Amino acid sequence: MKKLVRLSGLFLLLALLVSACGAPAPAPAEPPEGEAFRVAVVMPSAINDLAFSQSMYDALVRVQGEMGGPDAFEIVYSENMFVVDDAAAAIRDYATQGFDLVIAHGSQYGSSLQEIAPDFPETSFAWGTTVDTFGLPNVFAYEAASQEGGFVNGVLAATLSESNILGVVGPIETGDAKLSVDGFKAGAEATKPDIQVNVNYIGSFSDVALASEAATTHISAGADVLTGTAQMVVGAIGQAEEANVLWFGTQSNQASLAPSIVVASQVYHWEVVLRDMIAKIQAGTLGGEAFVINLANGGEVIEFNPESTVAAEAQTLAQETIQGIIDGSIQIPLP
Amino acid sequence: MISDLFSMTVLIGILASGIRLATPYLYAAIGETFGQRSGVLNLGVEGQMLLGAFAAFYISLTTGSLWLGVLAAMIVGAVMGLAMAYVTVNLHAQQGISGIGFYLFGLGMSDLLFQKLLGTVETVRGFPRLSVPGLSDIPGLGEIFFSHNLLVYLAYLLVPAAWFILNKTTLGLKIRSVGENPDAADSLGVSVARIRYFTIILGGTLSGIAGASLSIALLNVFQQNMTSGLGFIAVALVYFGAWRPWGVLGGALLFSMINSLQLWIQVLGIPVPSDIAVMMPYILTILVLVASVSRVRAPSALTRPFEREA
Repeated sequence: MKKLVRLSGLFLLLALLVSACGAPAPAPAEPPEGEAFRVAVVMPSAINDLAFSQSMYDALVRVQGEMGGPDAFEIVYSENMFVVDDAAAAIRDYATQGFDLVIAHGSQYGSSLQEIAPDFPETSFAWGTTVDTFGLPNVFAYEAASQEGGFVNGVLAATLSESNILGVVGPIETGDAKLSVDGFKAGAEATKPDIQVNVNYIGSFSDVALASEAATTHISAGADVLTGTAQMVVGAIGQAEEANVLWFGTQSNQASLAPSIVVASQVYHWEVVLRDMIAKIQAGTLGGEAFVINLANGGEVIEFNPESTVAAEAQTLAQETIQGIIDGSIQIPLP
Repeated sequence: MISDLFSMTVLIGILASGIRLATPYLYAAIGETFGQRSGVLNLGVEGQMLLGAFAAFYISLTTGSLWLGVLAAMIVGAVMGLAMAYVTVNLHAQQGISGIGFYLFGLGMSDLLFQKLLGTVETVRGFPRLSVPGLSDIPGLGEIFFSHNLLVYLAYLLVPAAWFILNKTTLGLKIRSVGENPDAADSLGVSVARIRYFTIILGGTLSGIAGASLSIALLNVFQQNMTSGLGFIAVALVYFGAWRPWGVLGGALLFSMINSLQLWIQVLGIPVPSDIAVMMPYILTILVLVASVSRVRAPSALTRPFEREA
């Protein structure tokens, strides 16, 4: 028994050590002048996942650059918070430490935030992707109109496809993943009414192996252009590259993974809404408003892969489609 | 739509994907079978796989040699196994708890190393598809069985090898006797400790290869927590397969085939909600497990630490 206790102690120590190293969040030191705007963000996956979490982290870094570096704008983050309870504890910790803005970057954190936010009326919170601020005066909501970028990708994919079969590797049928998949489908069908869009939700945000096999399945079923969303698609991109099938990315620019097949990626630029939120907070409004990034406000950008041989011909078409969505001449039908 | 399921392309697709998907389960579950037959439950398989996957990926990326990558995964797995063996055999730790500890260690450590050494998701040129002269050209069968990479073939060769060692060799007899009745084995001069060290280290080594089969053969990327529960399913497959290599093979194939079937069901647009489709492999596995329960009994000394009576 004594040994067991000693051993559990050892493991506890190891676990603490590892988890402490795993989340390299710099200790939130009080800035010397006490004037810096301080932001803390809690994210479900890693800041370099080439998808959802990275899109927010990259945006924060860009805002930091605009606002004059780490001295004027401090960023602290907790990544890999896939356990909602842990995330809730982190959100509460950050609020206690007096951050100006605490971002809960994941729709699964909503109910925790609803409980925590009223306890810290002086702190501003933001959560997404959603439109719901719970009617609280210190909660901002943000979401991505990812059906718009999905639609553009769908138009391009349908145009480039020769087999007229497209494949989609999705995670779980919810949130912005579902929006972008629905938009992709609508875009493809608007371009070629007889096109077949095969959609596959693998039921996980992390199962790289199953995502990879889903891509293989699409390719066997005759698809010659694929797309996918969330961080597990890195497995699918590998299969697409091996079969030399075109790929459209979303959330972050995925061209670095397979330069020869990625045509374009819908990239989220959350800084568009972050700037608005920060301005409001500095003016004294701590929440109560919902923001959205879309093609019109520049929060969603279609980034082409300069190494792609087909990207050039697709670019004009993309511009026209984007223009159409912005001026309202193209309406995106969602199921 | 439903009739599309029975076309040649789809059947070949389901079988070939099922065979690929089963590969990591086979390495990990066969390794776990050795451990459990000697009386040790190792729940740290997932952690060993993650560290193995990272080691294989990182070494392959930096040295350009896939075989050095596999070797690194084996060494990392073996060291994890050695630590697990020390904790369970010498310290008599509660196996379920210490296994979870090793899992968490592997999860955290692989993530930490990934952040520090790589920093972002990268790709590596993994083991290529290996055609078997003559066999790969057979229509249908060639694509199902002989269109895979080397680590896939080796996983399937491991099954008869494990069966042979467990059932036809003296070593296998010792492993089984230590798992059934360690006191009797000990009185006959079999070193319980040495056998358990051997099986746990072997299990760790194979779990390491299981990780490598993902990161440098099937997927060719490393991402944190990329095994996403695969190691725990492998432990369940050992129970499912009634502690026999062929049973484990059957379980791994069943689970993987149903998984690839559900992928096709969605791709063909058969109107099944995706949430139901992704549950199918788990539901079916539970049903088979319930139907076949009490068929065979677990090794008697499973999870029981051995202490020689004074």
